[in-house]
Amino acid sequence: MQRYDVTFQLTSPTAKFTAMERVGMVILGLGLLTWVVALWGIGIDQPALMFWGGLAAIATSAFIYFQRYLNRPAGINNDGVWLNSAMAGVKGLVGWTLGIVFTGFYIILYWQDAWLANFVTIFEPLSQLLRNQPADKWFMYGTLYTLAVLIMGVRMLYKYRHNKYQILRTISVMFFQLGFAFLIPSLLVMFNQPEFYFSYFWPLKYDYLWPSSIDWLTGSGKLGVFMVFWGGLMFFLATPILTFFYGKRWYCSWVCGCGGLAETLGDPFRHLSDNSVKAWKYERYIIHGVVVFVVVTTALLWTNSATSGAVLGQASASFSKWYGFLIGLIFAGVVGTGFYPIFGNRVWCRFGCPMAATLGMLQKWFSRFRITTNGGQCISCGNCSTYCEMGIDVRWYAQRGQNIVRSSCVGCGVCAAVCPRGVLKLENGPREHRYNGPVLIHNDRVSVVLDDDWQAETKGMMPVHQEDIPVLTDSDWKGMG
Amino acid sequence: MSKNVVIIGNGIAGVTAARYIRKWSDFNITIISAETKHFFSRTALMYIYMGHMRYQDTKPYEDHFWEKNRIDLIHDRVTGIDAAGKSLSLEQGNAINYDVLIIATGSKSRFFGWPGQDLKGVQGLYGIPDLEAMETYTKDINRAVVVGGGLIGIEMVEMLHSRNIPVTFLVRETNYFEHLFPLEESQIINQEIRDHHVDLQLQTELKEALGDNDGRVRAIVSSKDEEIPCQFLGLTTGVAPNIGIVEASDVETNRGVLVDEFLQTNMPDVYAIGDCAEFREDGIGYRRIDQLWYTGRHQGKTVARTICGVQQRYNPPLFFNSAKFFSIEYQTYGTISAKPEEGIETLLWISDRKKELIRINYRKDNQQVVGFNLLGIRFRHALCEKWLLEKRTIDYVLTHLAEANFDPEFYKKYEPELVATYNRQNPDNPVQMAPKKGVLANIFG
Ligand SMILES: Cc1cc2nc3c(=O)[nH]c(=O)nc-3n(C[C@H](O)[C@H](O)[C@H](O)COP(=O)(O)OP(=O)(O)OC[C@H]3O[C@@H](n4cnc5c(N)ncnc54)[C@H](O)[C@@H]3O)c2cc1C
Ligand code: SF4
Ligand code: SF4
Repeated sequence: MQRYDVTFQLTSPTAKFTAMERVGMVILGLGLLTWVVALWGIGIDQPALMFWGGLAAIATSAFIYFQRYLNRPAGINNDGVWLNSAMAGVKGLVGWTLGIVFTGFYIILYWQDAWLANFVTIFEPLSQLLRNQPADKWFMYGTLYTLAVLIMGVRMLYKYRHNKYQILRTISVMFFQLGFAFLIPSLLVMFNQPEFYFSYFWPLKYDYLWPSSIDWLTGSGKLGVFMVFWGGLMFFLATPILTFFYGKRWYCSWVCGCGGLAETLGDPFRHLSDNSVKAWKYERYIIHGVVVFVVVTTALLWTNSATSGAVLGQASASFSKWYGFLIGLIFAGVVGTGFYPIFGNRVWCRFGCPMAATLGMLQKWFSRFRITTNGGQCISCGNCSTYCEMGIDVRWYAQRGQNIVRSSCVGCGVCAAVCPRGVLKLENGPREHRYNGPVLIHNDRVSVVLDDDWQAETKGMMPVHQEDIPVLTDSDWKGMG
Repeated sequence: MSKNVVIIGNGIAGVTAARYIRKWSDFNITIISAETKHFFSRTALMYIYMGHMRYQDTKPYEDHFWEKNRIDLIHDRVTGIDAAGKSLSLEQGNAINYDVLIIATGSKSRFFGWPGQDLKGVQGLYGIPDLEAMETYTKDINRAVVVGGGLIGIEMVEMLHSRNIPVTFLVRETNYFEHLFPLEESQIINQEIRDHHVDLQLQTELKEALGDNDGRVRAIVSSKDEEIPCQFLGLTTGVAPNIGIVEASDVETNRGVLVDEFLQTNMPDVYAIGDCAEFREDGIGYRRIDQLWYTGRHQGKTVARTICGVQQRYNPPLFFNSAKFFSIEYQTYGTISAKPEEGIETLLWISDRKKELIRINYRKDNQQVVGFNLLGIRFRHALCEKWLLEKRTIDYVLTHLAEANFDPEFYKKYEPELVATYNRQNPDNPVQMAPKKGVLANIFG
């Protein structure tokens, strides 16, 4: 036997496109072309035609392609994910191209919006219809975002059609994005009310607890006062209660729009999330840093407002501006979505979101949620860790028979779905035993009990109950310090 | 005094032993393995080929783990064991002395001397080299044949299927996995295989493989004297202990390395664990040779205790196993035999779509439950095990069945249908399911 080098390359399964899929690609090309030429003003005198025509083509081609999932029996289908250059992340040319396109889009959106002026005009009819206002770049962006969640949401529904948890959760994020993050804010604008997102709260929507926003909302009438009340209620009451019962997933995987985009548009990239201990280390510094930043900003603004600006003057305003720029804009947008094809689909949620961090602390210490490990069934295959979008090394716990209680887990349920041995289950249960010792040990204890001679044999040696002790802590085994 | 513990083989057995020896002692630990430098999950081989994971994703521990835990890794092949002189010779490196030796060399594919089995494109599936060969020989081919109706066979079929390669699957028995599965389970899997458009040929064996001018397989002849063209032939007719180097030493072997209930060989300070070990007597393991991931793990831990000073008899947990057949997950707890058994009653439920199955076997005389078989449904391992050990009756188990369910939230619950089936069969003694409550309390309480 020789010694083998395991760097060998696997080839991609021959990408066989059906005739229908080829037609789909042509339709997709035409749809994209319709929208791209609008950038140069071509056809913008027919905005409705351009918008709906382009959308119809893109959606049609997407649904044609999604038929792939219906053409095979229901079940987990990750065939070829790492063999496909689009999905293989940093290594893939297509992955990089997509990353550059996504990131480029955000950069243009924020800093070169003049380039988009013509394109925005094709959103005019829809904007008039929903908001009775001319379209602007943010309406265009919100529309595209919502469409991405809806179209790729349908893909999720096809892909996981055997899994009811995935189906319900996907319908939920599609519903909240369309209703609470798109239609309701639009209607509010139509009725001259403050544009308010009922599905976002401080600290994610950081300015909802800033004195300026509160002044603005309360000053805008009864509905505004209700909005302030709602924001406070959701953050101070609903968030801790729901998180206590269900973990942070009630928000991150069922309601949040950022989570919604990650779970739909981002699903093809979930395996790119780095699950090394090193990444985990950075993650904890960065995300908690952001929380500190947003808390400090909010506190400064309130101090300033309470002292009528006497104490801090302009300092707090520039601090908040910086928060808005660095976190709200660069991180949440440019990096958060643009880097899906490089760092996985939850870059923002994992490294940047202050809401995720806050919920995470609650989840870790004050929640009934955990992922239960099914006895000794784990075969250490690694599917769970590979497909965990939060880069959690799920296998690390599962192979020791230990429950997974991690602050970053968004409860997407994909680890449980991809596990070929039925080892993982997302559960809300009593808080005792939530942090269990390895259940693999349990098997030993049982066999010890079964074996009557055992006690005699080991008399004077290691006491039986020491069998329970070997709980390998992370610091023992991973050198986390 | 620090002993030198040397382990041959970095599979689940050897690595588990190393981990626990490190936990319980300060000995020097060295693992020598030829296949890969780092431990990877053999059970995940199929997913590498299928593109679900890369090789590095199948490594259960990051590379820095070994150094941090002072476990030395040598990527080399052991060529000889001098059990009297307590040393090993290596293919590349210098000889190594040991105080304690653990042989954990695993298995190798087993072939039956078919004509043509040495042709190019004919292979088994056990390790990374097989995966490499498979990669080479399945490129741009238009048909493959896989022989052998076991767990590795169906995995190989699924692998080929994922690359859109049409597969003919030859199974000697009347139904897939018949020697371990009751008929109904086998039939469900037969159908699942066919639903994936695999050409499943039952009661068919391999007669010979035919080569072309380049010495590469071009077709096979089946026991039905049919010639089936193919450019790849997978032979998954079982594995046998990989003990070539041991056979040439003073360590006693039969089919595997012979060990007692302490996993000790005939030579002092030499142990054998995992796939390569064979018990001298029945009744120590589930079988004399237990070729399972879980048993390798358990043996590794057991031997570690003995080596760390507490003589520990090997005592496997209550039998359990799991697998996945295309999209159908399988779990089993306790004893379910393939053929109906004297004195054993079976409660069986199969869903209308014939993709889910629950079988609970119990004794006729005292109603004690002896085993569970599950297809397409997950049950809680700890709870099933607890019930079996506590010798619970079928009434008790059915009453509390809702607590055993481990399927994801919102999944359809099939237990009421199972209980209804039982009540139809036992109208005098109907069971009522208790409302689901306090699952975890039940397990730990
Ligand atoms: C494709 C496949 C799927 C499987 N799926 C399952 C499953 O789902 N569930 C389950 O329970 N079991 C499964 N098994 C069986 C399970 O993987 C084995 O029982 C288990 O891996 C055996 O572990 P081990 O440590 O005894 O040996 P191995 O994992 O075989 O490790 C032995 C190591 O020793 C090395 N070695 C051998 N000889 C030498 C030498 N002379 N010098 C240096 N190194 C040497 C080998 O290179 C090898 O790396 C599967 C097996 C295969 C092949
Ligand atoms: S641990 Fe599982 S449920 Fe949690 S984020 Fe990761 S994949 Fe999703
Ligand atoms: S929990 Fe499941 S998916 Fe994760 S390593 Fe274990 S068997 Fe594989």
